Amino acid sequence: MVAAIVNTLVQGVLIGGLYALFALGLSLSVGVMRAVNVAHGDFIVVVSYLLLSIATGFGLNIFLALALVLPVAFLGGFALQRYLLQRVSGKAVLAPLLVTFGLAIIIQNGLLEGYGADPRVLPGGALETKVVSIFGMQLGLMPLVTLAAAIVLIFALDRLLYKSQVGALIRAVSDDPGAASLIGLSPNQVYGIAMGIVGMTVAVAACFMGLRSNFDPASGPGNLLIAFESVVLGGLGSLWGTLAGGVVLGVAQGVGGQIDFAWQTLAGHIVFLAVLAVRPQGLFPRY
Amino acid sequence: MNLVEIRRLSKSFGGLSVINGLDLQLGENEILGVIGPNGAGKTTLFNLISGVHAPSEGSIFYRGVDIGRAQAWDRCRLGIGRTFQVPRPYARMSVYENVLVAAVHGGGLSSRAARKEAEQALDLTGLARRYAEPAGQLTLLDLKRLELCRALAIRPRLLLLDEIAGGLTDAESLALLDIVRQVHRRGAAIIWIEHVLHALRRLASRLVVLHGGGLLADGDPEAVLADPRVKAVYLGE
Repeated sequence: MVAAIVNTLVQGVLIGGLYALFALGLSLSVGVMRAVNVAHGDFIVVVSYLLLSIATGFGLNIFLALALVLPVAFLGGFALQRYLLQRVSGKAVLAPLLVTFGLAIIIQNGLLEGYGADPRVLPGGALETKVVSIFGMQLGLMPLVTLAAAIVLIFALDRLLYKSQVGALIRAVSDDPGAASLIGLSPNQVYGIAMGIVGMTVAVAACFMGLRSNFDPASGPGNLLIAFESVVLGGLGSLWGTLAGGVVLGVAQGVGGQIDFAWQTLAGHIVFLAVLAVRPQGLFPRY
Repeated sequence: MNLVEIRRLSKSFGGLSVINGLDLQLGENEILGVIGPNGAGKTTLFNLISGVHAPSEGSIFYRGVDIGRAQAWDRCRLGIGRTFQVPRPYARMSVYENVLVAAVHGGGLSSRAARKEAEQALDLTGLARRYAEPAGQLTLLDLKRLELCRALAIRPRLLLLDEIAGGLTDAESLALLDIVRQVHRRGAAIIWIEHVLHALRRLASRLVVLHGGGLLADGDPEAVLADPRVKAVYLGE
């Protein structure tokens, strides 16, 4: 009984690592650009397809494919912000929501046209089936690597934002774009860089999502919902809080699934609403 | 050649005309005081010079180049620094980070040079002892110092001061005046909007009075303050 509970909790924490990866980019774009990107989940899916095409088309290891995609994802994020999202930001609250909603529809239908509706999975090789024994528990290596990737990525982003000059620029523009422009910063350029970084986190999330679960052109909104709940649960602007939010969701789903399989997803949403009711600022708010 | 030459400058917001055909010049290394009743267009003038707003009509020449349509960050990189009437620190960043980002981007300096410039600006403004504190926790005097410090870090040729003595005690104003004096000695020309006249009188070599978006008076501070039109409009005498 105790072993089953511990196992449920551990599995919840491990899936929470994947959820944190989904949420990191959204956390950054909400924290810096103050905008919710409704197409965030679809961006993850489209990059998963890109990774699939590169890995299968050129016979590359998936992590090598990811290394190739990272700079492309940065440029994609930068271009998206500079040439599309920036045109509508600051004009009206609804405008960025509508534009990204439109993007989500275009991506979903484009992927359906190009790849069909069949679920796909990224080729993980030996990593997919490897199991390690920790304190007598048999744990998949892939979920452990996913959690480790989330922790490393959060640590790196935290250092970038709070210990580097680029991070200081991003925080200055996020704080007060008007004042920042009067000390020589171009907010549009800085937002572009921030969105480029978001693009790189999306690529990492896409890789691990595709390795750990099936995906199809309609998977985006589900990813967005998980990312959104993780960000809000963790507290806006807090990267480590986002990890905590992901873990809370993962554990809630695990516990719900043990009670009744149909409760798995619902339990996550119920916990999200409960935390929101008691602590609307999230668990570890930074702003 | 004048450092700044403003010609027939106008700015309207919808049907409201705030600056009306203003002509104004500023010499190199001059300290120009600007006074006027509320709504005279003083802060709008700063917003036009620093690039927050684009002029509706007219030109702003800075070192012989019309910068009226240039972006705010480009004007800053040309050496135009400003402070705000209500301080606008990056509240969650440390005092040092606030100044460093200005030195790197406004000053166009390398990382090492920017750190040195930031440290010098912190020393000059007396903020060095508080460099690690979040800017949001500073007192009003220190926030005003930070505004000055951040503007200094871009190594300005032209510094726009917007009521830096407002809300301070006399002793605090004197402390800031001393900093402004030192900035001026380093070679910056200054345009200074201020309601605290005794502070302005100590430093300004010339005074202009704005009224209804135009120039009411321009000249020696004592002569301008003695002008009956200025007394009627601004001093209410």
